[in-house]
Amino acid sequence: MTGGGSTRDPAATMAGVAGSDPQLSLAAGTDASTGNQSLNTATSNDQGALSPWGKFVRKSPLAALILQRLALSVGLLFAVSIMIFGGVEALPGDFATTYLGQSATPQAVANIRKDLGLDQPATTRYFQWLGGALQGDFGNSWASRNSVGEQIGRRLGNSLFLAFFAAIISIPLAIGLGMLAVQFRDRMVDKVINVISLAAISLPEFFVGYLLILFFAVQMGVATFPATVYDSMGLTERLSAIALPTATLVLVVLAHMMRMTRAAILNVMSSAYVETAELKGLSGLRIIARHAAPNAVAPVINVVALNLAYLVVGVVVVEVVFVYPGMGQYMVDAVTVRDMPVVQACGLIFAAFYIFLNMVADILAIVANPRLRHPR
Amino acid sequence: MPELTRTEPSKTGLLSVRNLKIEATSYPPGEPPKTVTLVEGVNFDVQKGKVLGLIGESGAGKSTIGLTALAYGRGGVRITGGEVRLNGQDLLQLDHAGIRKVRGAKVCYVAQSAAAAFNPAHRLGEQVIEATLKHGIMSRAEAEKRALYLFRVLGLPNPETFGERYPHQVSGGQLQRAMTAMALCPNPELIVFDEPTTALDVTTQIDVLAAIKHAIEETHTAAIYITHDLAVVAQITDDILVLRHGKMVEYGSVKQIIEAPKQDYTRALVNVRGTAREEAQDQSDTLLKVDNVTAGYSNGFKVLQNVSLHLPKGQTLAVVGESGSGKSTLARVITGLLPPQEGTVSFDGKPLPRALKGRKNEELRRIQMIYQMADTAMNPRQTVRNIIGRPLTFYFGLHGKQKTERVRELLDQIEMGEGFLDRFPAELSGGQKQRVAIARALAARPDLILCDEPTSALDPLVAEGILKLLLKLQDETQVSYMFITHDIAIVRAIADSVAVMHRGRLVRFGPKSMVLSPPFDDYTDLLLKSVPEMEIGWLEKVLKTRRMESAGN
Repeated sequence: MTGGGSTRDPAATMAGVAGSDPQLSLAAGTDASTGNQSLNTATSNDQGALSPWGKFVRKSPLAALILQRLALSVGLLFAVSIMIFGGVEALPGDFATTYLGQSATPQAVANIRKDLGLDQPATTRYFQWLGGALQGDFGNSWASRNSVGEQIGRRLGNSLFLAFFAAIISIPLAIGLGMLAVQFRDRMVDKVINVISLAAISLPEFFVGYLLILFFAVQMGVATFPATVYDSMGLTERLSAIALPTATLVLVVLAHMMRMTRAAILNVMSSAYVETAELKGLSGLRIIARHAAPNAVAPVINVVALNLAYLVVGVVVVEVVFVYPGMGQYMVDAVTVRDMPVVQACGLIFAAFYIFLNMVADILAIVANPRLRHPR
Repeated sequence: MPELTRTEPSKTGLLSVRNLKIEATSYPPGEPPKTVTLVEGVNFDVQKGKVLGLIGESGAGKSTIGLTALAYGRGGVRITGGEVRLNGQDLLQLDHAGIRKVRGAKVCYVAQSAAAAFNPAHRLGEQVIEATLKHGIMSRAEAEKRALYLFRVLGLPNPETFGERYPHQVSGGQLQRAMTAMALCPNPELIVFDEPTTALDVTTQIDVLAAIKHAIEETHTAAIYITHDLAVVAQITDDILVLRHGKMVEYGSVKQIIEAPKQDYTRALVNVRGTAREEAQDQSDTLLKVDNVTAGYSNGFKVLQNVSLHLPKGQTLAVVGESGSGKSTLARVITGLLPPQEGTVSFDGKPLPRALKGRKNEELRRIQMIYQMADTAMNPRQTVRNIIGRPLTFYFGLHGKQKTERVRELLDQIEMGEGFLDRFPAELSGGQKQRVAIARALAARPDLILCDEPTSALDPLVAEGILKLLLKLQDETQVSYMFITHDIAIVRAIADSVAVMHRGRLVRFGPKSMVLSPPFDDYTDLLLKSVPEMEIGWLEKVLKTRRMESAGN
């Protein structure tokens, strides 16, 4: 798959989940502590003669860090665009040959290549593509001759629709279950939640998808399959169509967020300042809301953003399983016919989502840190 | 022991604890859980406006007993028997809501590490008045006024704006005082101080101690003061209860405990600083020479500036100073971990290569280190045999039987038997771990051991044992020590020569008798006067006579 980080590394995820220390799991994804490190180096390097940037870092480390993150994201996106283009170039097979099939005479192939501008050097094509993409023009599909941007517009809407419903169900559910697990820590409720969520995360999403189809669509017949949606569908119809893919996505992302929430809150609840709050005679609710929550927010934001990114980006498999007309299926179809402009555009958009959500998580985690908000 | 109940339960008693029993469940791996009794048969009273000191080494149950005044068991600890009466009402019989009305209103708690006990997400002022407001004791305006008053009494800088700051924006000593203000704010009848000065620098400690004492006198609050340092408790309390292994050892007035202790254990605590040795007369045979060393980090910050000192063969050089004075950095320069920017380090007449990488095995072998935290300085997954045996293989190529034989010898030298050969660090006590660390250093047959505060994390009696061991080993092997410490009492006990460091510079250096006798420079004066002495009224005397404020202010 293109799009750089769109596959989720299950090993990293598990390592993050297994540790009760949120710092550990943060290291697997976006990491607020690297923010501190880069801040330190930035300040210390400028201790001799203060450059204007150095002065700015001193005065408002928060703004400096956020600017740093923004610049980093832009740079990263640029690097990803190179990787996508290079990766697509390196793909075996050729559009012209695939397209012409039996009738691929050398002359016809050369004509098509010339037609599509493939006879020009790769660097020229890269800059043409990048220049277009920057203005929102992703070119035309080679296969259908339609504008890629227009096609993607509709498909992206569908994917976001699916991801949005998966998110608004899974995030509150995960955080709620996480808190419940803390409340009944090491008791039956906690164990049941843990086992079920671990099972859900351990099964690959296509398998979960087929299981759901088998039970709810085939055997019980209560759900719709395939989950194809059309422009003419009403909202309720659409919602009933996406019920199964949404459920699959929820099951897949739930465990990660739930376990991180549990670990983050447990970590904070065992801290000395929560004991202080308890010894002040405060009520349980006030302790959690005022003393624990503000300090558990950063790791939870991080894992939520990571999973949001996964919801948008990682729907490829789920969309294919449920024949859902979103970005993921569009991209998979394009790869099979070597329709490069589509593959590149999808890859770039997925990467942009991923980078953007991680950047937002980073910035929120930085803002949640009082040490950075209120420098000495 | 009839003398243990010194006073009959009196009618004026604010807090009276009778027959206290505290248990916890431990879960040894591979065995069924078992119930451990932490505290048993403890009785004491705190009178209105008086201060009771709880003293003992770690594991004596001091904090556990202190927290019963708030009917709180930390980390699964259960109060299973006895009664804790506050103004006649048994706190242990109260339900959840009832005890919440006592905590933070009638009884308050000051933790050892204020840095951890303050919530990093909220302003200090808000946290100080929170309990007062939530219990409806005062209006917000009144509470803020009282907080301001307390900040003043406790000598905090800029009391008007202090409450607007976040915990990370103030120093450790200031946080500890803010915590005291937080405890005093609701006008409680009793405050439990749990080692409030232990984590502080020695020069900051007496300021905080004085501030706490002043605040207690000013507000007429009663207090329980928990510490392992008898000299500290002697300055602030009226009565002392000595504890050991969760049982009472001796209970009496400060005067009686300090001046006429009845029990052997109390006597040992009072006389803990008994080790002393005469300094060597001849200090000319130089082993280590540090010449004009300046060192720091790549960002240009200089941790050490123009430090010159030397250490004779077979003797002990004590390096003293508060945290941040560059003591440990000096050790890092000598080991080569931090190459100096200027100056040289010579060893046995020859200059040492500046960086660790340039040094030969033989040069590495001759300088060894012992650290403050023995448990973080050794691999928890290796047995004592492997920990001590590693340098034997590394430097001398010993294997098998020969190696085991030598490890046995070393274990004998550190007064631990061969029964410890196959133990893991987790199965050793703090003092035993430090002994193993010493054996590991000795295994290399070094000429110099750099000791970085090896006793400051240990209980006084255990620390005393380690010091005695180090002196014995010096007599046996003629090893030299550079002993980094902030404790002048240790310097008095073991040093031949002394170097006083302050903010990266050498303030004073020479034979112990010269360094520790007047005329003093201001910093040495402050340092010497900051060590609590086992003498009632010492604190007031010192505050009157010292010339310099500590860095914590």
